[in-house]
Parts: sequence; structure tokens; C-alpha cells
Amino acid sequence: MHMLKIEDLHASVEGREILRGINLEVKAGEMHAIMGPNGSGKSTLASVLAGRQDYEVTRGSVTFRGKDMLEMSPEDRAREGLFLAFQYPVEIPGVSTTNFVKTALNEKRKYHGQEPMDAAAFLKLMKEKMKLVEIDRSLLTRSINEGFSGGEKKRNEIFQMAMLEPDLAILDETDSGLDIDALRIVANGVNKLRNQQRAVIVITHYQRLLDYLQPDVVHVLLNGRIVKTGTKELALELEEKGYDFIKDEVSITA
Amino acid sequence: MKEEIDVLEKTVSSDYKYGFVTDIETDVVPKGLNEDVIRLISHKKNEPEWLLQWRLKAYRHWLKMEEPTWPNVHYPKIDFQDIIYYAAPKKKPQLSSMDEVDPELRKTFDKLGISLSEQKRLTGVAVDVVMDSVSVATSFREQLAGIGVIFCSMSEAIQHHPDLVKKYLGSVVPMTDNYFSALNAAVFTDGSFCFIPKGVRCPMELSTYFRINTEGSGQFERTLIVAEDDAYVSYLEGCTAPMRDENQLHAAVVELVAMNRSEIKYSTVQNWYPGDAEGKGGVFNFVTKRGICQGERSKISWTQVETGSAITWKYPSVILRGDHSIGEFYSVALTNHFQQADTGTKMIHLGKNTRSRIVSKGISAGKSNNSYRGLVRVSKHAGNARNYSQCDSLLLGDKCGAHTFPYIESKNRTSIIEHEATTSKIGEDQLFYCLQRGIDAETAVALIVTGFAREVMNQLPMEFAVEAQKLLAISLEGSVG
Repeated sequence: MHMLKIEDLHASVEGREILRGINLEVKAGEMHAIMGPNGSGKSTLASVLAGRQDYEVTRGSVTFRGKDMLEMSPEDRAREGLFLAFQYPVEIPGVSTTNFVKTALNEKRKYHGQEPMDAAAFLKLMKEKMKLVEIDRSLLTRSINEGFSGGEKKRNEIFQMAMLEPDLAILDETDSGLDIDALRIVANGVNKLRNQQRAVIVITHYQRLLDYLQPDVVHVLLNGRIVKTGTKELALELEEKGYDFIKDEVSITA
Repeated sequence: MKEEIDVLEKTVSSDYKYGFVTDIETDVVPKGLNEDVIRLISHKKNEPEWLLQWRLKAYRHWLKMEEPTWPNVHYPKIDFQDIIYYAAPKKKPQLSSMDEVDPELRKTFDKLGISLSEQKRLTGVAVDVVMDSVSVATSFREQLAGIGVIFCSMSEAIQHHPDLVKKYLGSVVPMTDNYFSALNAAVFTDGSFCFIPKGVRCPMELSTYFRINTEGSGQFERTLIVAEDDAYVSYLEGCTAPMRDENQLHAAVVELVAMNRSEIKYSTVQNWYPGDAEGKGGVFNFVTKRGICQGERSKISWTQVETGSAITWKYPSVILRGDHSIGEFYSVALTNHFQQADTGTKMIHLGKNTRSRIVSKGISAGKSNNSYRGLVRVSKHAGNARNYSQCDSLLLGDKCGAHTFPYIESKNRTSIIEHEATTSKIGEDQLFYCLQRGIDAETAVALIVTGFAREVMNQLPMEFAVEAQKLLAISLEGSVG
């Protein structure tokens, strides 16, 4: 059973076609990496899956846990178990991460017909997950993302992922803006959150994050299409030869 | 962008849940205003002659005054002869216990969510309730009296503590101060009176609920709080009104007097009926609130959460006369639909080393207009005076307005005055971030707005902070879909 099935997905922004026929199948427990040069459509794919309004799907289908995902509102996609770790997490002044995550968690519980989590249980869960992703308590009481360093923002995203326990997590350029130590901490957090029920899609420009994450499958996205699929060796090859080698290869076979 | 606006627009259209009318027998003086009406009010309230003369003097002065036109608000001319100036629940009350309150009235307050019963003992809040023109019940009176605190209606204070009333009434807001305060002085009917004697820290929050009930009536209450040397009191007022098509006038006066080293904390949750989504009806809230830090090292702090009224015109102010005294103003003003608010504060620095702090958070939604108007004045003798002002505005949608009118006058070179202002919109990115976490647009807006107002909400007493937070969320219901 596929957790996520994307078929012939086309999408445009302001009339400009960015995704031109994406096909992708992701099973529970798998980690897929999607790599590609700037402008290839990586982040657009993440936004379309999460349901951002500026993107218009012109053709194709997306099935998530057996349901037509394109029919669902962004908030329902999230409640169904989709999580997007943002490339640029936004600030919400005056709203602490704790308060934000508590609201999110209880909205999800409500959707699934559950009672809101009581304060004690929430605190316990939070402590457990804080340890898992190595995030400091003081960060969680501050306004979310306000004045956070790049590393703190990304760690905060992974913390939210840990709290919300999604079935499918999409990490959009989570490695961007991180120094090597922050990268390792964030990657460790993601690794600890991997399990047999959860699928992860890692979107990245560079191979370095994949040193820590060990994806099962690597896809190369170019001009809105997946042009090559392989194992993590493909990522190493890309790192070595650059994206031009794929471009050449694609133009030869095309 | 367009979708974002659509989304935001839908959030702003909720119902006013306090819009019921209570069916109680009411003693009403016919509409209209003249010296006889004032004499009648004074007579009904069994007032001493000096007070009647004070009222008449105010009335004669008012006749010569012009309605102010400088606020950034627009409304049809008020017909002052078309207002009922006195309406009192008939079964009037010299009640010793809250259990004796008219059951209909009790129901009203249950609907308002204030339990008037002695349950309040648990939360440690003493309540005075003013319905239309008359105070109907005050809880905890005896307990407070035991430590020398007087907390009663203004009418009772006039009967039982005339010397105190005479000494302080009009001492902070003179009857001639402005158009609406002069009107209030002429026709005020009730309000609350608090007196905290030397060295006493009032052990509970004192609270007053004001409600306009009778059709066509205005509410003109007058509140006076005096804290003697080293005294402390925290006071809260809440306000609601039924939904009516026509506009109702509320012109109150609040005076605070803080002596040496005393502190008065005054919090307001104002939720008068704001009118409907088309801008019909709603309360005109034209209020004069002023405190004086009379003694050295005294402190007055105003906190207000303003979500109601068709028009709000109010500037809770502090006169910092005592050396080292402190004035604070924390405000959240939320306007939606066609509401208009022109609100802010005045900090008048007279004493040395006086400090003031202003934090104003304006939230505009729908087609509303929200103005901050503030004055910081430092006199020649106020050496080393300091002021910090922060005025932030948050816009929801693109049909509302936020305006800031800061006035600064400094006559002392050793003073430091700082002013910061920001204007922001709820961004598409913020909204999407929330949606992606499973938080729907309406909840997201409430979350963002509450976050925006956090600094002010934190100033409210705990139990009222929760209420105020709910009120913000309710006032924005329907502004996002």
C-alpha cells in the first residue's frame, strides 16, 4: 500500500508551468530524497503537496493514505498526517512554540474525534520530544521563530514534527543555512523520528545532508520532471559531477 | 494576495452574544434634559444640596460648550433631548447579600458569565453591578469594611461618606473639563466608589460590571477611587449592552487619586454592543478617565481591552504630580466591521523623576478605523522625567485603517522621551504556516492576534486575561473562512 502516490502532476504559478508531470510513489517507512538544481521545481512540489493557494494544479492526481489529497484543505492535509518542515519558518510574535504546538496538536486531535490533551500529558510529551531532538526548553517559551538563529529555526521545525507525529514528513531544504554542527543535530533528530509507519521526503540541493540521513531512494528533479531515480550512490555521483552531467545525460536520451 | 484577503474578510462577522434585554420593571424619568430633570435625579437619589448645585453648575457650563470634532471618528449628531437620563430597576435594593438580588437580574448576570453569587469568594473578587443608572449589588462589603476598605455604589457613598465624596469628586476631572465630562457631572446617576485607607493592601480584586438595559437610555456613571498613603488596589470594570438599532450613549467619568507610595491598577474589559455588520446601532462610548499620582512614588496603571462600542473616544490619563511617581497605559483596541476607535492616553509629567510607559496595540479588521492618539507632556519642573511609548497596529484585510497621532511636548532638557511605532498585516506566510500545522484560518487569526496583544494581556489580572482573550477571538469570528 502506498502512503503517497503522485501521478502526472502538473502545476503552475501565475500561469507559468513549474511542475510538468511528476510521478512518485512513497511507501510507509521509506525515505526519499529529491534533489535538483535551483529552479527545478523542488520547493514548488513541497508547496503543492501542502496545499499552498498560489499554486494551481492543472493536471494529475495525488493520493495520500488512499484519499484524494488535492481535494483537501491545507489544514485537513496536516490533520491527516502531512507535515512540511519549512525552508523559511515564519515568526509569529507573542505566540510561543509551546502554545503554537499545543494548538496544532489539539486541532489534529479534534479532527480525529479525540479530546484535547491535558496539560500534564502535554508537558510530559514535550519533555520527551525535546530530549529526542536536542532542543532547549527556553527556546520553546519564546515567540516562535522570533530572533531564532538558522539552526534554531530548523531544530524547532523538527521538534514540531516530533510532537505532531506525522505519517508523511516533507523536509524542504532543511539543510539550508546550517553550519555543520547544526546540520548534524537536525539530521540526528530526523533519524530518530524514522520508523516503519512514517515516510519522509527530503528535498535538498546538496548531498551533505544525505551523509547523515541515508535515504532509500534518490530522485533527480529537472525542469519540473523526475529525470533519474537511483540509490544514495546517485547523490554522491551528483555531488562529484554536478547537475550538468544529468542534464547532458537527459538531453542525450531524450 | 487576493485569496489571503478573501480569507481574512470572512473571519470578521460574528454575533454579539451579550445582546439580550432583561425584562425587569424599571423606574424611568422621561426623555430629555433640563434643570428639572437634573433636580429630579438629585431628588430621587436623596442628594445633599451641594451636590445638586454642583450638577446644575455643570449643566449650565455644558450648555455653553461645543461638542468636540477633533477625534478621527464620524457619527450623526446626537440629540441630547432624545435620551433617557435616569432608569433604575424598580425593586431597589439596599441589599446586604447577593442572594437578595432580583432573580431576573441574577439571570442577566449569569448570561454575562459573571456569577454574582457568593461563589466569587473563591476567586477573591468583589463585584459591584451597575444596571442602567443604578448600582444594584455589591458583594463582600462587610469583609472589606473590616479592614477599612470602602467599596460601594456612588449613590451610597454620597449618603454614607459625603465628606469623602465632596473632597474628591471632580478633583481630577473638573466638571468643566470637557463636553462629555460636563454632561456626566450634570446627570451622572451611579457608579462605584472605592476608598483604600492608609497602609492597606486591598486583598481582593474589586470589580464593577456596567450594563445598559433600558431602551433609549444613556449610561452616565461616575467612578471614584482613592488610595491613601501606602495603599494598594486592583480594580476591574466590564461593560456590555443589549443589541439595539439606535445608538446609545455612554459618557462616564472615572477619577483615580493615588497618595504617597500608593498604587492603583485599573483594568477595563470593554465590550459594549459594537453595532451590526452593516454598522447599524451600537454604543457611543465617550469616556473621560484620569488619575492623579498625587503623592511621591505613587503609581497608576491603566490596562484596557476594548472590543466593543460603535465609537470609542477615550484617553485614560495620568497626571504625575508626585516626585518619582509612575504612570502606565496598556491598551488593546480591536475594531471590526464599521467600528471606530480613537483612543490613547495622556501622560502629564509634573514631578521630578517621574516615569511613564505606554504600550498600545491596535487591531483593525473589516471596514473599521482604529486611531491611537496620545500626549506626553513634560513640564519645566519635571527633571529627569522619562517616557517610553510603543504603538503597534495590526491590519486584517485591506479595507480597514490604522492611524497614529502621537503628541510630544517637552519643556525640560533632562527628560528622555522615546516613541516606537509599527504597522503590520497578518501575512499569507503566517497564515499558511498555521494551516500547515492543522490550525484553521479562524483559529490562526485568533492566535496571531492574541500573540500581538500578549504584552498587554499579561498586565490583566489572571481570571480576566482568560476572559479578554476569549473576547478577542469572538470579536474576530467570521473574519476568516
